[in-house]
Amino acid sequence: MAERLAAPDPAEAPLAAEAIEARLDEHLDLVLSSRRTAAGPARELAAFSRAEQELVLRWVAVLAAAHAELAYQFASLAPRALVLMDETGVEAWARQAMDTYDRAGLYPAVAALKEVEAFAERARARAAGLALEEVAGVLERLVQGLGGRPLKVEAAEGGARPWTDTETLRLPPVLGLLPGREENFRLYKAMAVTLWAQGWFGTWRAGLAERLAGAAPAVVALYEACEALRLEACLGRLLPGVRRELAALGEALGAAPLPAPWDEAARRLAAPEASAADSLALAEAWAGRVAPPPPRPWQGEARPAEVAAVQAARIERERGELRRALAALAEEQRGPVADPIRLEAAPFRLERVEDPVLPEGFTFRLELDGQPLEPPDEVRGLMASIVQDLGEIPEEYLVPAGPGEYDAEARPPERDPRDVWKGMYHEEGACLYDEWDHRRGHYRKRWCVLRELDVHPVRDGFVERTLRRHRGLVASLRRTFEVLRGEDRLLRRQPEGEEVDIDALVEAHADAATGREMTDRLFMRKRREERSIAVMFMVDMSGSTKGWINDAEREALVLLCEALEALGDRYAIYGFSGMTRKRCELFRIKRFDEPYSEEVRARISGIRPQDYTRMGVAIRHLARMLREVEARTKLLITLSDGKPDDFDGYRGAYGIEDTRMALIEAKREGIHPFCITIDREAREYLPHMYGAVNYVIVDDVRRLPFKVSDIYRRLTS
Amino acid sequence: MTAQTLRPEEHYIEAEPYYEPVGDEIEIFEAAWRNQLPVLLKGPTGCGKTRFMEHMAWRLRRPLITVSCHDDLTASDLVGRFLVAGGETVWVDGPLARAVRCGGICYLDEIVEARKDTTVVIHPLADDRRVLPMEKRGEILRAPPEFCLAISYNPGYQSVLKDLKQSTRQRFVALEFDYPEPELERRIIEKETGLDPAMAERLVKFAHMTRNLKGSGLDEGASTRLLVQAAKLIVSGIPPVAACRAAVAEALTDDPEMLAAIHELSASLF
Ligand SMILES: Nc1ncnc2c1ncn2[C@@H]1O[C@H](COP(=O)(O)OP(=O)(O)O)[C@@H](O)[C@H]1O
Ligand SMILES: [Mg+2]
Repeated sequence: MAERLAAPDPAEAPLAAEAIEARLDEHLDLVLSSRRTAAGPARELAAFSRAEQELVLRWVAVLAAAHAELAYQFASLAPRALVLMDETGVEAWARQAMDTYDRAGLYPAVAALKEVEAFAERARARAAGLALEEVAGVLERLVQGLGGRPLKVEAAEGGARPWTDTETLRLPPVLGLLPGREENFRLYKAMAVTLWAQGWFGTWRAGLAERLAGAAPAVVALYEACEALRLEACLGRLLPGVRRELAALGEALGAAPLPAPWDEAARRLAAPEASAADSLALAEAWAGRVAPPPPRPWQGEARPAEVAAVQAARIERERGELRRALAALAEEQRGPVADPIRLEAAPFRLERVEDPVLPEGFTFRLELDGQPLEPPDEVRGLMASIVQDLGEIPEEYLVPAGPGEYDAEARPPERDPRDVWKGMYHEEGACLYDEWDHRRGHYRKRWCVLRELDVHPVRDGFVERTLRRHRGLVASLRRTFEVLRGEDRLLRRQPEGEEVDIDALVEAHADAATGREMTDRLFMRKRREERSIAVMFMVDMSGSTKGWINDAEREALVLLCEALEALGDRYAIYGFSGMTRKRCELFRIKRFDEPYSEEVRARISGIRPQDYTRMGVAIRHLARMLREVEARTKLLITLSDGKPDDFDGYRGAYGIEDTRMALIEAKREGIHPFCITIDREAREYLPHMYGAVNYVIVDDVRRLPFKVSDIYRRLTS
Repeated sequence: MTAQTLRPEEHYIEAEPYYEPVGDEIEIFEAAWRNQLPVLLKGPTGCGKTRFMEHMAWRLRRPLITVSCHDDLTASDLVGRFLVAGGETVWVDGPLARAVRCGGICYLDEIVEARKDTTVVIHPLADDRRVLPMEKRGEILRAPPEFCLAISYNPGYQSVLKDLKQSTRQRFVALEFDYPEPELERRIIEKETGLDPAMAERLVKFAHMTRNLKGSGLDEGASTRLLVQAAKLIVSGIPPVAACRAAVAEALTDDPEMLAAIHELSASLF
């Protein structure tokens, strides 16, 4: 749990302005000057209760640790916030600013603070209604299940109606229009499903977005109204449940019946053969003559310019992606083509096949060299997305990309924009992890960027030397561990088994002869006491291990591997290090599925001290790998030389609490964490992180190589 | 556990098991059987593999012996063991040995669930030796031409431990199974349960929606088996949305958000 400051006694007298100013000065020093002092905020804060004052001062300290300017803005706006919201609301407001700062930097964070009125308004609505973030996950899955290209769900800018650019659905951050949460969820669902229908039923297909982007606003408004009518009819045919829900919502929200001539238009656009082109024709014909009807409460706003931009980029991208994917498919099916000219012969063909599940009523079957080919899921998704944009797959898309072709435009695959930071070290294959911020009592989302790297193997005879030097120890380790190995144990007097237990049989016959009941436990059964254990070793590769600690770690690993090989347990070894949250690194030494090979030995020998010790993210990643391994018992053993510590504030209580939280998460997954350390001061923090009995301190580094295997034996027998 | 005293010789399937062929799997299986080649059925769970085996056993007029593999399954469980009966030890064949003796079809379902050392006992049966070594008895059982070994395997498993070893899989003729096309799947539901066509079509649509979620929170979408089960509930009067929830959604996931989303999907469809 987060350590929380003890709540001050509410009976305590409020602080006077001078006292507040003095405490503000401590934190805000950096951004104050003779013209800009903390006197103003302090004066205003003096009017609040001591509890409220302490709350503000506590958050000033937290925010100042990120940026003093942020803390200053907070202090200045806090009096207003305290008037608008209760303490929980004020904390949420501060937390949101901190999150924005983490994600986007100082200016957006200050802007978020300044929107205190809007924030309070939303908080009030949220108390009564439903927040998007509570339902976004369900809505995303819902529209994904409905089909088509995956869509994200995000909050629309303040006050905007729902809209989509065909990749993201933008919905109001909070809905409080209807009395209950369930009703407001219905409204969210109506918005999401009708926006989804724009893509599925071709509102923006085949150049319509581009055309409308250049049209007069009146035409766009009419087109939106026509499409709303058409899509509602399409949805009603496909999803009768949605039709009922829309009708009920309309009633609850008091939607007026359609005025003339819209009632007639609705009938025409509801025909199954009506298309987006009909909507456009009507919109163009009525422009300047007929006003659109009032929008339905769930009706999406048409934003053709935004759609056109997103669509143009996607069309360009997917054309290349499909051609490259087809080239790969062709190569996979026919083997590498010696003569690339052969590919020019357009070996792929598409056959239309009926598919009642799709709105078009058909899908495409891919054929290569006249043979039907089951495309992999990605290719299928790509084809579906192209059909959604263009209504077909043009011939030229089926020409596999030639060698080298498109390399210039081969972009990295689409990434969640939330992953992208300025000046990041983010590369392909990086994983993002949350980090626990104990001061705020919640996770910083996708905070750490972690990559797996290989340890550069070094063949310098280190392993051989170690084995020679510890020859006796190695032999005894092997013996000890071999005994532990999952041996076939012979169980006697079993009710069933592979072999007859002669002793039992003789006895049973004797019993039978003397008229006693004869047992049926007459068998011997071999039972494999299988050690279903998987162990992950997480080895400190921070800079502080330089010198003999590093040597001791490497020796320990060599001996450990000998022992584990004798034992037959599954094991993996990773080193961890990094510098700042944007460059967390795990070094592969041995993967679970990798044998203890010469290469692995060379990697052990190649372990070199690197940078810092950000432990939480490493634990999270390794725990995730452990989760993939099937074993009854899973262990995560850390070999370290000190406290968690990283360059960007990951130290002290922050680092310890995050590490502790990562370990708690791992334990929840059924993983047993254990720590072997050589830090003599570890007694101060290790029990808190690992629990009272889950660590060992090895006082003498030179003993480490002997100890590690021994500790492992005790842990697992 | 006592050994199963199956009588494979009596295990002929009398009535034709209903099976809708999806492609040329019936012809390929027959050809493999005539050539004494073992067969591997690949595909997700609930897509008709077991039903196909029942159908083939009926078609080829061979007894079918099915073993569902699990991680406690030992080689003796398959081959046989000594038992005591009436004061004497007697040998009792395991299902694999029985199938070999009577020239039946032995179907090892979900073979990757079995322990690796168990899987090895099928190797000599699965290549052109076609023998079953019975070490305990010091015998070797040679399979008659009618004997057929078939195994199934779901390649969808993510775990490295649930992968079929190359040394095993390369002995088999592989047949790939997947969920049937919408039309066919609808017909299967109708024939299996008597559900009306319109409702069966909606169920198939629903299945496709859950299959769209595969990889985004679901490991698998709804199988044909789950649809058949939902259809049976509907036929006995359970409202469709409730039937989908009980027979499909809850079987697919425990995640509350995913359950809510699947529930909304079925509520939208029906
Ligand atoms: N091609 C098919 N023909 C007839 N029934 C099928 C077919 N495919 C699936 N089924 C139905 O689905 C159910 C589950 O199939 P099953 O054979 O048990 O799946 P698997 O063995 O692949 O897990 C069957 O009981 C049957 O009702
Ligand atoms: Mg089955």
